[in-house]
Amino acid sequence: MTTDLMLLAMADGVSYAGLLFMVSLGLTLICGVMGIVNVAHGALYAFGGYTASSLTLLAMNHEPSTFTLLLCLLIAALLVGLVLGTGLEAGLLRRVQHRDPVQQLLMTFAAFIVLEDLQRLLWGTQPYSAPEVIGRLGTVSFFEVTYTTYQLIIIPLTALASYAGLLFFLRFTSLGKQVVAVTHHREMATALGIHAKRIVWLTFVLGATLGALGGAMAAPTTSMVPGAGADMIVLSFAVVATAGLGQISGALLASLLIGLTRAVAVYMAPEWEVAVPYLIMVLVLLVRPNGLFSVAQARRI
Amino acid sequence: MSALLQTTGLQLAFGGVVAADSIDFELYSGERLAVIGQNGAGKTTFINICTGFIKPTSGRVFFNGQDITQREPRHIVRLGLARSFQLPQLFLDHTVRQCLEIAAVGRRGGLSFWTPLSDAVDKHEVDDTLALVGLRERAEVSAMALPEGQRKLLDVAMALMLRPQLMIMDEPTSGVASEDKMLLMDTVMQAMRERQVTPWFVEHDIDIVRRYATRVAAWIAGRIAADGTPDEVLSNSQIRREILGDR
Amino acid sequence: MVRNIAWAGALTCLILGLVFPWSKTPLIMGLCYAMASLGVAIMMRAGQVSFGHALFAAISAYGVAFTARSFPGTDGLILVLVGMLCSGLAGAVIGLFVVRYRGIFFGMLNLALSMVLFSMLGKFYNFTGGTDGLRIQRPDLLGQTLERSDFETALLVIALVCSALLVWLIQRYFKSAAGEALSAIKSNETRLEYLGLSAKRILWQGYVLSAVLVGLSGALFVLVQGLVTPDIGSWFRSGEYVFITILGGSGHALGSFVGAVVFEAVKLFASAYMTGVWQMLLGVTLIIVILVAPDGIMGLLRSKSDAPKGDKP
Repeated sequence: MTTDLMLLAMADGVSYAGLLFMVSLGLTLICGVMGIVNVAHGALYAFGGYTASSLTLLAMNHEPSTFTLLLCLLIAALLVGLVLGTGLEAGLLRRVQHRDPVQQLLMTFAAFIVLEDLQRLLWGTQPYSAPEVIGRLGTVSFFEVTYTTYQLIIIPLTALASYAGLLFFLRFTSLGKQVVAVTHHREMATALGIHAKRIVWLTFVLGATLGALGGAMAAPTTSMVPGAGADMIVLSFAVVATAGLGQISGALLASLLIGLTRAVAVYMAPEWEVAVPYLIMVLVLLVRPNGLFSVAQARRI
Repeated sequence: MSALLQTTGLQLAFGGVVAADSIDFELYSGERLAVIGQNGAGKTTFINICTGFIKPTSGRVFFNGQDITQREPRHIVRLGLARSFQLPQLFLDHTVRQCLEIAAVGRRGGLSFWTPLSDAVDKHEVDDTLALVGLRERAEVSAMALPEGQRKLLDVAMALMLRPQLMIMDEPTSGVASEDKMLLMDTVMQAMRERQVTPWFVEHDIDIVRRYATRVAAWIAGRIAADGTPDEVLSNSQIRREILGDR
Repeated sequence: MVRNIAWAGALTCLILGLVFPWSKTPLIMGLCYAMASLGVAIMMRAGQVSFGHALFAAISAYGVAFTARSFPGTDGLILVLVGMLCSGLAGAVIGLFVVRYRGIFFGMLNLALSMVLFSMLGKFYNFTGGTDGLRIQRPDLLGQTLERSDFETALLVIALVCSALLVWLIQRYFKSAAGEALSAIKSNETRLEYLGLSAKRILWQGYVLSAVLVGLSGALFVLVQGLVTPDIGSWFRSGEYVFITILGGSGHALGSFVGAVVFEAVKLFASAYMTGVWQMLLGVTLIIVILVAPDGIMGLLRSKSDAPKGDKP
């Protein structure tokens, strides 16, 4: 395998890892606060992507600037995160919040299947694409390899910005600290006067927006098809499980690990490409049953 | 006479807290041990180590002369050491009777895939134990529907089904209304006597300690600060100051 | 009451199959779905949801296909046994690893393993026929070479007999010492350990049993279709099993069959009147069931009938 191919694979990996990270970040955030894995997160990704494409196509009619196009992506993510996120959290999950975790999980699964069909109703089954912004931003060369600016620079930058932004939010803002409090111990937080219901809603919407952002940023690079959400939810599960539930920085590392390994596999052993993320997850869990970075929870009896 | 339970140099620390500080301890068959101490002093941790739930960083635990330090709870329980819990650990989706039946098959091991649960156990033994703790009338009730005091009794009854020699009870009367504490304790200790089980109970209520214990061990910050007859320990000035709250 | 439903159901299937020959294949497939869901129900009794149990249907089905193609002339019933053996062995090995995990990790590990197999089945074209899958010739059954229609009738009878046996045997298992201990894992695994029982061992036994059940369904499936494709092991298929289990309830072995009937009915209704949104209908049904009848249809029926006080199924 030549250096060029290696570099290309690295670029692929980093770009893909960026997308994967944003989605997984949302998933792990929600997991930390609500204690459940939100299967419907895949639909948030898909809706983010489709909405971004639609918005872009709409914008194209008005001779938009490149900045406007990028803004469309962001707006799409915010829109989907707010609307769908609120709908899911307030409409469905709140009703089962005191129930068996199995039931909560299945509720998110049910929501996912409903949303998948809704997506089909809204956008049909034909591939949907809006790659304009990639062309606008041109390419960048390093060593002898050329890669699109959008994929190599914009996507990872957005991912890192999300990461930094979230950490800042959680550590240094009052609202963020309340989120951390509710994540650790909901009852205690309520006793301290924190409005837990609102915080849970906020966190869910935040996580949902991140998921949708992953989809929105992915939209220009690929054509949106039915099933994109399903693929992404399973993959982001793998990332979150590998990192450990609720581990934010861990998710960054896990996304890089999985993104890069998968990209290398595409070039070196293409039949294994799809299986690689899951093999990594299985191997990690064999050694660290709760994920790479999970903190051992003291059992209390 | 050899000790029923013995620990040598038992040590456990986590974070910066020393939960067990080089504990040497011996318990003999026939004693009635009460363990007192403030919350966080290490009483429950000690129980957890002795029953295999957590492993010490160093030191050993012996039961009837056998080294059980590294063994799992399910093995230790088979040797004759049973416990009940501060928060009753029941099978809330099952009935009172079923809880005891599962305990009964636990003792025997070798679970059948075919014979119904109630046919796989000795019905008399289950009825006997139910009567011993006064839950005979509530046998068909779901464990979830029991009030706290009866949950405690069921917890103890499940452990009794294992026919233990030593029974550790972690705060058997906590969460129970004061009027009912003595009655509950009477029932439990009577059951211990009937089944010839050596009881070891953790208690905060000093009246109960005085009434039922032949020996008291007082814990402070991971160490046994005093160990002797109830009179000896409960008149100890350090104990009175730090545990009983006398100023 | 349960027995009545069971007999009524079995008879209806038989009559439908005889009166409407085209219905035999869908009926057999429905029964396969139910049997697989029963396997998932066993795990659910221990409080564990597997999103990857279709893995065992794939292992069994491809095992059947490889055997049928390598040893043409093998009797259909032998093929089914081979399939069950393959999935049982796989379950035993995988189970050793998987029973150390609980909750979402259990679910996701099963999912991950099924995804690995699914992708391999699709990619290694030379062995597995890729996404086109493998075809098999219609085998003899009990030594008899049968025409298509008779073959389907025979398979329907076999499926019904298996289903009836399974409902009986698995329900006995649920009420046995091993089965009650399995459901005790869900309520309080720590206590189980403190009673001298190994929760991992009990769960492993249940896991192997569930793998065999899903394997049986996979083997019958490939026999009736004459074809196996990677979809038989897809995560969505696993999700459908979970769905059926919730719908019918894991409280009684018959629940999976009741759930499968409702599932197929909803699918049929949706494809007749609301094409293109059958998944949405399923999703909404699941939401309603979770909110209103979390113990499934069997749970509802039993709480309305003469279940003894405080005895939750």
